[in-house]
Amino acid sequence: MSTPLAHYLILSAVLFSIGFAGAVARRSAILMLIGIELMLNAANLNFIAFWRFGPHPEALGGVMFVLFSIAIAAAEAAVGLALVISIYRQRETAQVDGMDTLKN
Amino acid sequence: MPNEIAFILIAVFTVACAVAAMTRRQLVHCALFAAAAFAGLAALYLQLDAEFVGFAQLMVYVGAIAILIVFTVLLTRGDEVRSNRSQSSPSWLAGVAVAVLVLAGIALPILLSPALWHAAPVATGAPVKRIGEELMNRYVLPLEMVGVLLTGALLGAVVIAMREEPAVKPPSRSLVPARAESEEVVNLR
Repeated sequence: MSTPLAHYLILSAVLFSIGFAGAVARRSAILMLIGIELMLNAANLNFIAFWRFGPHPEALGGVMFVLFSIAIAAAEAAVGLALVISIYRQRETAQVDGMDTLKN
Repeated sequence: MPNEIAFILIAVFTVACAVAAMTRRQLVHCALFAAAAFAGLAALYLQLDAEFVGFAQLMVYVGAIAILIVFTVLLTRGDEVRSNRSQSSPSWLAGVAVAVLVLAGIALPILLSPALWHAAPVATGAPVKRIGEELMNRYVLPLEMVGVLLTGALLGAVVIAMREEPAVKPPSRSLVPARAESEEVVNLR
């Protein structure tokens, strides 16, 4: 294992930025959710990398956090996609600029 | 050295898939590229000696969430076909600029701190047996709470995505108002 920790952190930062850019720059609500999932995954990669490179890899804290984080991301994706489907039924659009009922 | 090469290959694959997932026009392509990026992340977890997390990532993200996203794309179709407007929001340039700023803000401290460049300690790994014991002892309350949360979230998702009462919807899309109308016609006759 010769890859230093910094490589994993930089990869995670790049993935986070890609997810962020997609979440704020695209119109589709589904793509926003995919971007959010990418950001969550980047954070998970950080947890695993710090766990692996940390002084106490036998403590399993990072692994546990990522497991719970994956479970919560699954719940979030289910609810978010259900919201997208529900909004599509009502307003015939899945794009975020069509969802402006609460604006003004 | 082979480890470094494997890391670079997986990293390039993951980043390329993530970029494609965020930039492709067709939403189905975006969902499939996102699934590939999640699979690349699972490979990274495996490379970091976290086997259980890697396979959990494969099952949950590539197996479940990707399918969910594809189904949602298919159910909300017609939107992108109908509108030939641009797929990006009007202020996308500002969004990308903020993302680049975020990247610089995270990456600069990483590049500048010498403490992060040491090699990994000898792998102890996270055997599944120990993960199970920890889940049943120290983390048993969070585990139960996640169970409750998942149940609640799935019930909530079903309730949210359920068809609403017919009054809200246009009549052409549901069967119930059509049947009611035909009954009215029969009554009038």
